[in-house]
Amino acid sequence: MLQVSSVTKSFKDQKIFSNLDIRVDQGRFHVMVGPSGCGKSTLFDGLTGVIPLDRGEIFWNHELLSNLGSHAAYMQQKDLLLPWFSLLDNALLPARTSGQDMKKAGSHAHRLFERLGLKGYESHYAKEVSGGMRQRCALVRTLMFNRDLILLDEPLSALDTITRKSLQSLLLLLQTEFKKTILMITHDIEEALLLADEIYLFSPRPMSISRQFILDSPKPRKFNDPALLAIKAEVLDILEQDGGA
Amino acid sequence: MTLVNLLAVMFVILILGVWEAGVHLFSVPVFILPPPSDILTIAIVRAGFILPHAMVTFTEILMGIGLSVCTAIPLAIVMFARPALEKAFAPFLVASQAIPVFALAPLLVVWLGYGMASKVFMAWIIIFFPICISLLEGFKSCDPEFRVLFRLMGASFFKTLTLLYWPWALPRFFAGLKVGVTVATIGAVIGEWVGAQQGLGFLMIQSNARLQVDLVFAAILWLTAMGLFMWWMVGVLEKKVIKWK
Repeated sequence: MLQVSSVTKSFKDQKIFSNLDIRVDQGRFHVMVGPSGCGKSTLFDGLTGVIPLDRGEIFWNHELLSNLGSHAAYMQQKDLLLPWFSLLDNALLPARTSGQDMKKAGSHAHRLFERLGLKGYESHYAKEVSGGMRQRCALVRTLMFNRDLILLDEPLSALDTITRKSLQSLLLLLQTEFKKTILMITHDIEEALLLADEIYLFSPRPMSISRQFILDSPKPRKFNDPALLAIKAEVLDILEQDGGA
Repeated sequence: MTLVNLLAVMFVILILGVWEAGVHLFSVPVFILPPPSDILTIAIVRAGFILPHAMVTFTEILMGIGLSVCTAIPLAIVMFARPALEKAFAPFLVASQAIPVFALAPLLVVWLGYGMASKVFMAWIIIFFPICISLLEGFKSCDPEFRVLFRLMGASFFKTLTLLYWPWALPRFFAGLKVGVTVATIGAVIGEWVGAQQGLGFLMIQSNARLQVDLVFAAILWLTAMGLFMWWMVGVLEKKVIKWK
């Protein structure tokens, strides 16, 4: 379980967020939606230790941590694949950097390549494959961190609509098949509604949770569900009042 | 041959043609300015005489390049890993370039003798700086998002250096090496001018004293060919090493 309590961050005189509380239970998929520039990515940076938080506590499985850097896998909007490595070598980077058994990691990566539709592309370089495949590879690399908590910062926002739809089902696999606990940032409300168990709707700066939606309907979901459409309308309405997503 | 290459060749032919015609038209004495045809003839006909000198200069330059690469890489890594050391070393590096090589040459000959050592050291002073600074800037230019990724993967500095920073900086390293090898001839030749018993610089001084200006130009031609050859070799090596570009 991830428990974030009273986290606060300011840049000079500008307060980004103050006394923010977030709780994600084991195996749950929580999604954060909010206006552009409200501070969602800054929150992730603070949680992972990329930037220091001013105040607050972070618990992972009831253990108090200074940050989640060594406990969470982080996937960003950019695929961040290194052009000098093949897709397989890119996926194996977490294993190589953390000194894992490379033989074991290699067979694990091969299985993930097959499961995520990348079989046959192991020796390809990033420039030789499509954006969707690159992001799949980034997803494999994220899984190769071997961490139970995954932070996703708009992982599909750079993709076209069709590719995005197909990758949304793979993101769902993180929860259903790989049993990960997930906290994701997205600007796509439909994506949030299809994937989330719980949606945090953030206000503009200083960022705070303006609404929380719990989605109980089973996954995979169809977007024509009236309950989802009603939530979407409400979210859009709030975002419009706040100045847009 | 591309249009650009064709234009370059035509430009060189034009320059040489104007030079050749000008010398004949104005009856310029050969000991003042020999025509290009004479220089080329001397460079080929007296190749057996020039070659041993060229080999000495070439060896000095190669040793200077080797020494520069072997010292510039560790220093760039140290300065990158410890920015405080960069601040400490920077004045010395800049000073090594600010002091004219001509001023140092007599001292180096006194300290290191008339043999190869003083020339290799001169070449090292000139080549070291562009390689070291280019590599350091290459390390620094690494995308911060990749740095964050490696940090979250728990990579040590050494792992990050070998898997990320070094390949990232390679294009800049080769750019510096290209500059280095083309100016390397300056160091070696100046060293030979001041005090040597062999080498193209020595040959130039001796020929000049005997008003054999065509031989001076032939030595310059050989030196130019040497510089171009090394520049081309670095380009070939760059293509072999940086396969992903």
